[in-house]
Amino acid sequence: MSVPIKRGEDQKISIDMTPMIDIVFQLLSFFIFTLRISAQEGDFMIKMPLNARAAGTPDPDQTPPIKIRLRAGTDGSCQDIIMNDRSFGGGIDGFKRLHQEVASLVGDGSLTSEAEVELDCDYNLKYENVIRVITAVSGERQPNGDILKMIEKIKFSPPKPPPIE
Amino acid sequence: MKFKSRSGGGSVEIDMTPMIDICFQLLTFFCFILNFSGAEQDERVQLPASTLAKPPEKAAETPITLQVTREGRVIAVGQTLPTPSDVLPLLNLERTLLEQKGQSPADATIIIRGHRDAKTGVIQELIKVCQTAGFEKFTLRAKEEQS
Repeated sequence: MSVPIKRGEDQKISIDMTPMIDIVFQLLSFFIFTLRISAQEGDFMIKMPLNARAAGTPDPDQTPPIKIRLRAGTDGSCQDIIMNDRSFGGGIDGFKRLHQEVASLVGDGSLTSEAEVELDCDYNLKYENVIRVITAVSGERQPNGDILKMIEKIKFSPPKPPPIE
Repeated sequence: MKFKSRSGGGSVEIDMTPMIDICFQLLTFFCFILNFSGAEQDERVQLPASTLAKPPEKAAETPITLQVTREGRVIAVGQTLPTPSDVLPLLNLERTLLEQKGQSPADATIIIRGHRDAKTGVIQELIKVCQTAGFEKFTLRAKEEQS
């Protein structure tokens, strides 16, 4: 790169670009090598206040939580989903049926902020099933990308002891 | 940049401007997509997928990230701990630090990044340990799944 000087006739000052290009290439290489392509991550809020663990008489003004029981198979897969003593079966279809049932319960969305789900899971249940059931009760994604909310309050029952082997 | 031609005494000048332009554009692109939040990611933890997993609109005020591997080990503050109960001393330390700043553990959010095949019982044990230390707010992290 040479910069012409107006005052002079043919005089040019040559600027050595090599160090700058070196640095730019080094930075570029750094960013390319440290680039990690990963899926976006999102959070599901769970409220587990300390006083909720204490046993006591239930609050009459509060809607009782919808209890969902997740039974695990020996391999940790979800064998059965039971909501209010009704079985929805296991696997992907079980989660779909649960989603439809919760959607019909919540209806027009007026219960979204009030309704609460309590998850009662087997110790060995694979964690991905918990996320699936939370997804099934939390809402659904609309074709335009928006999320239609169903139940926002989710909590866990006290943990079960590990099975004796 | 000048090159001397072998045949004659003249020099050939290459215009470096377009290359520098492209380099800077690439550099700017990589700077913008650099994700610092990925620093908490660990290859041992493969998150479960959910169609509803969406990045939060605003970041948690005082996040504490706990990761659970497939084997049930807990990764906290760069340390790998064998069981959830081993996290308690670290959480008590966090609690002390929060109290020194005039905050309470209830203000903090525990972000749980559990491996998709981890046992739910271990995750629940971890939540129970956090409750013992006074933490109340939890978020379960999942990766976005295209529906």
